[in-house]
Amino acid sequence: MATKPAAKRPNDLMGLSNDEYDRVLAILGREPSHTELGIFSVMWSEHCSYKSSKKWLKTLPTTGDRVICGPGENAGVIDIGDGDAAIFKIESHNHPSYIEPYQGAATGVGGIMRDVFTMGARPIANLNALRFGDPSHPKTRQLVSGVVHGIGGYGNCVGVPTVGGETNFHSSYNGNCLVNAMTVGLARADRIFYSKAAGPGNPVVYVGAKTGRDGIHGATMASAEFNEDAEEKRPTVQVGDPFTEKLLIEACLELMETDAIVCIQDMGAAGLTSSSVEMAGKGGLGIELDLDKVPMRESGMSAYEIMLSESQERMLMVLKPERQAMAQKIFEKYELDCVTIGKLTTTGHLVLKRHGKVEADMPVQPISEQAPQYDRPWKPTPKKPVIAAQDVPSHDPATALKTLMASPDLASRRWIWEQYDHLVRGHTVQRPGGDAAVVRLPDLKKGLALVVDCSPRYCAADPEVGGMQAVVETYRNLSAVGARPIAITDNMNFGNPERPEIMGQFVGCIEGMRLACEALEYPVVSGNVSLYNETNGQAILPAPVIGGVGLLEDVDLTVDIAFKDAGQAIIIIGETEGWLGQSLYLRELCGREEGAPPPVALGIEKRHGGLVRAMIEGGMLSACHDVSDGGLLVALAEMALAGNRGFDLTVPKEDDTPPLHAWLFGEDQGRYIVTAADGEAVLQTAHRVGAWAFRIGQTRADGSLTLDGRALISIKDLRAAHEGWLPSYMAQET
Amino acid sequence: MKAAVVVFPGSNREHDIVDAIERSSGQKAQLVWHSERDLPKVDLIVLPGGFSYGDYLRTGAIAAHSPIMSEVKKRAGQGVPVLGVCNGFQILCESGLLPGVLLTNASLKFICRNVGLKVEHSDSLFTRRYNAGDVLSVPVAHGMGNYFADPKTLDTLEGEGRVAFRYCTAEGEVNAEGNANGSARNIAGIFNAKKNVLGMMPHPENATDPKLGSISGKPLFDALAEALA
Repeated sequence: MATKPAAKRPNDLMGLSNDEYDRVLAILGREPSHTELGIFSVMWSEHCSYKSSKKWLKTLPTTGDRVICGPGENAGVIDIGDGDAAIFKIESHNHPSYIEPYQGAATGVGGIMRDVFTMGARPIANLNALRFGDPSHPKTRQLVSGVVHGIGGYGNCVGVPTVGGETNFHSSYNGNCLVNAMTVGLARADRIFYSKAAGPGNPVVYVGAKTGRDGIHGATMASAEFNEDAEEKRPTVQVGDPFTEKLLIEACLELMETDAIVCIQDMGAAGLTSSSVEMAGKGGLGIELDLDKVPMRESGMSAYEIMLSESQERMLMVLKPERQAMAQKIFEKYELDCVTIGKLTTTGHLVLKRHGKVEADMPVQPISEQAPQYDRPWKPTPKKPVIAAQDVPSHDPATALKTLMASPDLASRRWIWEQYDHLVRGHTVQRPGGDAAVVRLPDLKKGLALVVDCSPRYCAADPEVGGMQAVVETYRNLSAVGARPIAITDNMNFGNPERPEIMGQFVGCIEGMRLACEALEYPVVSGNVSLYNETNGQAILPAPVIGGVGLLEDVDLTVDIAFKDAGQAIIIIGETEGWLGQSLYLRELCGREEGAPPPVALGIEKRHGGLVRAMIEGGMLSACHDVSDGGLLVALAEMALAGNRGFDLTVPKEDDTPPLHAWLFGEDQGRYIVTAADGEAVLQTAHRVGAWAFRIGQTRADGSLTLDGRALISIKDLRAAHEGWLPSYMAQET
Repeated sequence: MKAAVVVFPGSNREHDIVDAIERSSGQKAQLVWHSERDLPKVDLIVLPGGFSYGDYLRTGAIAAHSPIMSEVKKRAGQGVPVLGVCNGFQILCESGLLPGVLLTNASLKFICRNVGLKVEHSDSLFTRRYNAGDVLSVPVAHGMGNYFADPKTLDTLEGEGRVAFRYCTAEGEVNAEGNANGSARNIAGIFNAKKNVLGMMPHPENATDPKLGSISGKPLFDALAEALA
């Protein structure tokens, strides 16, 4: 309906633009109440509505033989055979973690777990991807400490192992850290729970923790950039209680064993607002809530505060009326609230009552269906020049190796992962520190391989290549442990989308991801977008973090990165051209962040991945490691450290062998290092499928590393450098 | 062997224990919710790891007052073997079945990794499949495992042969380097006077399967399964 421009606009549109406010007026045909405006504001925030990103996200492949449920629900669901389903998603908690690192990170973990068990899955593993500012920035140490402590504090308590992750440092994150948390759960494929409401008259039931005044407008806060007042936003950060979450998991899973639940949705961003609106919206129904009945831990809360609170550990469900008493009993056992706060209606309206007064009466569908969608202007990122190896100075290999292995981006993360319980549940087959974590399934036969990856410096230099590379790196890491890559979840972390160059990064990364996912038959089943990661106009390096899930039919066949026995052949699969543009060698040794990133050849990735998996399944390999950050020599050093065993490396003397420093440290894609007792068989198998494979050395009995017969470094010195950096940095020794 | 595993609100390693017991005895242990006042007739009672009551107040302090604990204490007094692991050990200390307390790790951080563990005494139901002096590799996963008791209590424990395990280096050296969390005299696990109650911080249940890195903990469950068959 046509509406005249409002005579009187509220001074504070709560983050909505003038145009968006006009749209609200058109939908309601009148001015919104304070509560109604709050509801529109959070539901139409970037965080909840994906208004800048949806157009591009739609281009990603989301279907496949094994996809049971793609994006749009609380999490993605894939079929992993034998009637089992894996349910997983990654989600960011960047803004709150920067403001309050412990609680921000902790509630990030709590929130993503709820997304997964909401769908009927028991969470079996957590992972995380973290980005911090330059180590020398005064805030970095405190953020690392708080975030790691928060992730551990929450995950350890709920008893879900944190099995993997990645952490990097770069000055572009000085004002905006990234905290992306991923949860993987396990359910029966025929017992998945969705959020679509059904059955007018059915009771709407609130379970879990009480509602307080924490996190009000958290979603809106996360949809804007920071300025120097970031710290003042602390009241918008939620406070987590992992003990309550643990009880909530057990109570919900117990209830899910019955037929009581019609639909269920966790109260995450935008709390009671988004859960009630999404449920009713998906079911084409109305919903009426008596807010006086909402369990509250503070007195005098207004309708606005109740609807916008982001208090944690809460769920909303619609139950079959005849099952309410039984549900009540289960939640009583766990001493959790379980209260009927309203009912579904046929009106199509969200009606909220507080103290007997109607505080909101608004149509449900337009809130979600008519949310603004933007086709934001974007500018492609200019291509960077290719840097020739000859134009990059050559450094002594031993010195370069030691420098790289002790650099912030390659140093051991033991200090982090030892603070996470990665063993609880007793099924962690591959622990943190390898290519991918492997978690055994309860049938003791199958396993899931899990990994998160992203190389933001590649994405900044060439978004399309970077987006592609993030996907293929997860594909390689899963393949390297013998798992068949099945599907991914993505966490798109970018700056302000209203700037065309940032939007150009987003568009480029999505395009690269699309190409990779299609070529590798590796669909996206869930994800999250975090924009406005900027402070005072300074954007982060773009980070499309990819969480990959792979399936091992026989978990006993998996291999890790550790060298096993002396005298085994070391073989590289994939060609080394010595690509130094955007390499860590160029950055750490030469102080240059320059050039085009290494190109990705999707056909080769697919072929090499399949080859490696087949050889692992055939029991031909004793160890396998993908070659990524730092290049070949770094990968070999990591394998040596893991196995506590040295190697003799021989540089090929071919005409096309690149200069030594480029051969050792180039970051060419599509490569794996494998070891085998029978190296000849590996070479033959590789050559049979047309893969490039070359024997480059052998493992040693002792701890020496040699290059063409000359001693490079001892394992002991290498370990001291590699393990030393992070603990001494955190202890303020560096 | 019939075993009961007590589940408190916040327990999280109850299934790890159930699996370990099944691997050794072939029998499924029974889970008992903490609000029960009675226990079935069992040969073994286990208090598992986790964060009972979120570790709020003090680790194990609230769980020690759960209704089921009166019955656990009664059975322990009758000589029924009781094993408390991690949070279970903390609960045993808080309930008075074992002396001492568990403080925050000396590093002030949660620690999850395999540690060296030296078997001190093999003359118990729990440790008889080991030899005194054996060096095991068993994971720890705790933030508050730093065992503390006054010197007199420590002397009594040592004098009566009630120190079950000590933290040590991979080579078996009982020293500061091998002390995972700052525990007094490197103590990782202790018995009661009758040696039918064992409390320990490391997780033997997570070291019972070769696929998961170590089987150092399996003899403990094998010993129980054999003696209580």
